[in-house]
Amino acid sequence: MRIACPHCGLRDVREFTYLGDATPERPDPQAPDAVDRFNAYVYMRDNTAGAHRELWYHGAGCQAWLAVERNTRTHVIAAVRSYKATS
Amino acid sequence: MHYSGLTLAWNALWGHKNWRPAWRDAAPKASYDVIIIGGGGHGLATAHYLAKVHGITNVAVLEKNWIGSGNAGRNTTIIRSNYLLPGNEGFYEWSMKLWEGLEQDLNYNTMVSQRGIINIYHSDVQRDAFARRGNSMRLHGAGGELLNRERLRALLPYLDYDNARFPIHGGLMQPRGGTARHDAVVWGYARAASDRGVDIVQNCEVTGITVENGRAVGVETTRGVIRANKIGIVVAGNSSRLAAMAGFRLPIESHVLQAFVSEGIKPLVDHVITFGAGHFYISQSDKGGLVFGGDIDGYNSYAQRGNLPTVEDVCEGGMALMPMIGRLRVLRSWGGLVDMSMDGSPIIDHAPVKGIYLNTGWCYGGFKATPGSGWCFAHLIARDEPHTTAIELRLDRYATGTVLDERGAGPQPNLH
Repeated sequence: MRIACPHCGLRDVREFTYLGDATPERPDPQAPDAVDRFNAYVYMRDNTAGAHRELWYHGAGCQAWLAVERNTRTHVIAAVRSYKATS
Repeated sequence: MHYSGLTLAWNALWGHKNWRPAWRDAAPKASYDVIIIGGGGHGLATAHYLAKVHGITNVAVLEKNWIGSGNAGRNTTIIRSNYLLPGNEGFYEWSMKLWEGLEQDLNYNTMVSQRGIINIYHSDVQRDAFARRGNSMRLHGAGGELLNRERLRALLPYLDYDNARFPIHGGLMQPRGGTARHDAVVWGYARAASDRGVDIVQNCEVTGITVENGRAVGVETTRGVIRANKIGIVVAGNSSRLAAMAGFRLPIESHVLQAFVSEGIKPLVDHVITFGAGHFYISQSDKGGLVFGGDIDGYNSYAQRGNLPTVEDVCEGGMALMPMIGRLRVLRSWGGLVDMSMDGSPIIDHAPVKGIYLNTGWCYGGFKATPGSGWCFAHLIARDEPHTTAIELRLDRYATGTVLDERGAGPQPNLH
């Protein structure tokens, strides 16, 4: 598997470290149901079979966090974008 | 079909034309008391113990492919109970005890071979950690022996003891650990369950779960709608997909784990050996092939096939442990879809939806758990309460903070 880093070009997967699903967003700790939301944020996953948006770290390259859209059934990568957390 | 010296001689006389199937390939009925989704080792074991221990025989095991075609047919057949945490060790030791009586229980040769498993340690710190784990094992009656370098060398003279980077200091041995024949385990449980009236339904994929008034009452399948009072989900890497059908999520990620077998050689590896400075484990099959594996690939996958960097990493581990295997050719490799949980330990519990029972999170180590998993899952389904050895394998342990994290890696499934 190779990942097309937007900064470095097409690179071997060994240059990258996988974090996981990119969709969970850190909840507001002041929310009344913050405990349940944090439980879901830390532990619960959709674990999709098919199109999956996930975080990879290009540690042996530009050291940028990347949001990769990859199909978990085929490993085909549809898009790679530089990732910036929304909050 | 049951086997004996007499049936063997009789069928030999008639050119082996009269062997009959070992178990009944059933068509699904309209309803059952219990439906088990997943015809792997765990699902069939559950059906067997439901029928034998709890007398519940109006049971169907639904398998989307043929039985044992998933991880039951893709593992490295290691059995052991060498865990550290009390919540896990008691369970795996119960499973080990069931392995020890399995052939008598099933009247089927599952080729359980207690050849001993040895975890190699490479530093003083690792020795201390292994001594602690060995003490935990002994406290649970699992046995365990700490071998120093000299005793290990007498058992395994062919390891690279003076490796400059990973010198071998000794090993933790569980003499009762070993291997079993994975297909025979599947067929043995299938025959035993089938003989007691359990329907084994193949090529029957569950496509939906029917929930009425907050309770699951049946499943939609490629062979029609089937109703049931209780539904057990035991589908390893597909757990999240089944959970989604019933409208809930799980603390599970699906990953791919690869395994390998070399060309056959004369008897060499008499035990199961694990490398302590990386992730590599090896045993030798009865046909002579070296069966080995290592880390999961490390990213979400439903593909049942892995990538080459992991192949290289596993083989490097093998070369660091026993360089003599370097000239062997790898004959086959394969990938299985493993249900990595957030703390690396399994879940046997009620699902958030009434009528559904969960058996998941086996990570890359489900094979050894097959009898214990079936036993405890059958207990939960039949009595609606957890078996004493599975009491900590709860789904809510993540929310309450009572996780069972053997490795201390935190909620990062690809690190367990």
